[in-house]
Amino acid sequence: MIAARLRDVFRSRLIWPVIALVALLVTNVIKSPGFLSIRVQDGHLFGSLIDILRNGAPIVLVALGMTLVIATRGIDLSVGAVVAISGAFALSIVGDAPDPNDLGVVLGAAAASIVFAIVLGSWNGLLVSVFGIQPIIATLILMTAGRGIAMLITEGQILTVSSAPYKVIGGGYWFALPASIIIAGVMFALVAILTRKTALGMLIESVGINPEASRLAGVSARVIVWTVYTFSAVCAAIAGLMISSNVTAADANSAGLWIEMDAILAVVLGGTSLAGGRYSLTGTLIGAFVIQTLTTTVYSIGIAPEITLVFKALVVIAVCLLQSPVMNTRITKMRMRRRRTPAVAPTRATVS
Amino acid sequence: MNRFALTRGLGAAAPTGSRRGRVRSVIGLAAAGAVLFTMSGCASSGGSGGGADSLTVGFAQVGAESAWRTANTKDIQESFKTADIPLKFSDAQGKQENQIKAIRSYIQQKVDVIAFSPVVESGWDTVLNEAKDADIPVVLTDRSVDSSDDSLYKSFLGSDFVAEGEKAGEWAKTEFADATAVNVVELQGTTGAAPANDRAKGFRTAIEGDSKFKIIASQTGDFTRAGGKQVMEAFLKSNPKIDLLYAHNDDMGLGAIEAIEAAGLKPGVDIKIVTVDAVHDGMQALADGKINFIVECSPLLGGQLVDIVKKVAAGETVDKRIVTEETTFTQDQAKAALPDRKY
Repeated sequence: MIAARLRDVFRSRLIWPVIALVALLVTNVIKSPGFLSIRVQDGHLFGSLIDILRNGAPIVLVALGMTLVIATRGIDLSVGAVVAISGAFALSIVGDAPDPNDLGVVLGAAAASIVFAIVLGSWNGLLVSVFGIQPIIATLILMTAGRGIAMLITEGQILTVSSAPYKVIGGGYWFALPASIIIAGVMFALVAILTRKTALGMLIESVGINPEASRLAGVSARVIVWTVYTFSAVCAAIAGLMISSNVTAADANSAGLWIEMDAILAVVLGGTSLAGGRYSLTGTLIGAFVIQTLTTTVYSIGIAPEITLVFKALVVIAVCLLQSPVMNTRITKMRMRRRRTPAVAPTRATVS
Repeated sequence: MNRFALTRGLGAAAPTGSRRGRVRSVIGLAAAGAVLFTMSGCASSGGSGGGADSLTVGFAQVGAESAWRTANTKDIQESFKTADIPLKFSDAQGKQENQIKAIRSYIQQKVDVIAFSPVVESGWDTVLNEAKDADIPVVLTDRSVDSSDDSLYKSFLGSDFVAEGEKAGEWAKTEFADATAVNVVELQGTTGAAPANDRAKGFRTAIEGDSKFKIIASQTGDFTRAGGKQVMEAFLKSNPKIDLLYAHNDDMGLGAIEAIEAAGLKPGVDIKIVTVDAVHDGMQALADGKINFIVECSPLLGGQLVDIVKKVAAGETVDKRIVTEETTFTQDQAKAALPDRKY
């Protein structure tokens, strides 16, 4: 029974990202033995693992939205721009308010940012689902224009606003845990329940596998595609609130820069195919944490800045290769051969 | 935040094929618009002005990518206004082709001096030769060009990044004069960028002879706050004792301050901090005692540029390399200077 379950685990494609995650953590522990230690500091937990959770939350969120988009055979390149816009928009509202420390102002600003993101996401959805523009091109428009919008909001400056309640979103703590990972966790749970406990997940997958066939089968593909792009923008907007809150500054140039690539990578590492169809939310979660742990590892074990990118690329290539179908069949074959060798060899001998 | 060369490659590879054509035509349109715009500007100023000994200068700016650059643009425009020299200004929006077009249009308009901050280091020989043939002197500001022929420009006015790193190192030496061992961590700028390389080099030159200084960790924070914060968080966990933080710009230092505070330490006291730039938020932190020392990298080079332009136009020789007038700030100096800061 246990053996069978273990075999299932090893057959799963998720095994490689999990191994990568464990290997990275082990590397860190070897380099600095205190890596896994967590202590209480000012009433909240403090340690490298907590950092990974807190800094990983935005990637988890963006990758969550991206998973659904990719499941419909799409892609959303505009998430980084939405991150920049949402942070800039929320902080400019908080900054202009008479009292930046008022909780109502902060909630209002966050809500306004999310509404703005719904508009932006609907724009992407409109281009893709109604006008049938290829997702990569449709979202590229907002990817390019979005940073311009963020720059307009901040007037080309880095907005700095000190607001205690706003600071909580990305840098604060609830129940001794980072607020950002709790927000991301709740969003993740909601999506998991909504798509896996209802037929929604299956409908999304069917649209990704064959939009035309699903339409003929009575699935309103257009509404589903429109919704996933809007949802992706909402996820990106919340991530944007976290990123700007973490440093209490909105930087239109660098906030969320390349986060779309990290998110796509997290989705792919998690075993969801870019060709659409089946998706794995758990896989995305693991993928996102592999990426964040990789970043933290680079800083912790002191890899020279010049070779940082090469190091990251090597880890990613290794995981992707090990995960690939070709490698999988090779490995299975090798195992079968090893198991079969004693039995097969003599029969062959008799035949020849 | 996190940069993956591989994914960036993946992301870029997919769209380029279908995108390049469009992008090119858009750039072409924009450039055409820019030329039209500057030409009409020329016509109007030619009609109204026309003083015999009046001097006209064309300036091609990089873009408006940061607060530093915005301050740079403003200062140059204001300095020329005060000096009563007509300035033709163009913004290249970070694209070399826009900048080359702008310089060509200045050559056609027969301005007296062309000044510009090159977007990139290479690829300027052709257009600078055109200026040379038209007998228009060129002055570089803030950034240099990489050319074997240094007769192509009269002078290069800008900061000396190596000297900035050295100033930071010299301060560290006096600050820790009585200490026996100093553990230094460094937040570098974007890997490969000239200010990052030079500021790292200058700092190391300054502390080289002093064996008590030890750089125990050095990593890039990409010149951003978020980068500075994340890297500093990791530094604090893997290095139990840090005495000094050297950040290549204020923004990374500001991010690091948050990380230090989150770790229950006092920035500026438990860990001394020295940064480069002196932008407004950095100066505020310095005045608040969270940063100990800032080496200025000033965008306010308008005044010096006006002087150079006047000399060059009058046919006088100027130095090939002129360093921007820059200072350093201690906490008290920051408090005094803060109310009058332009950026």
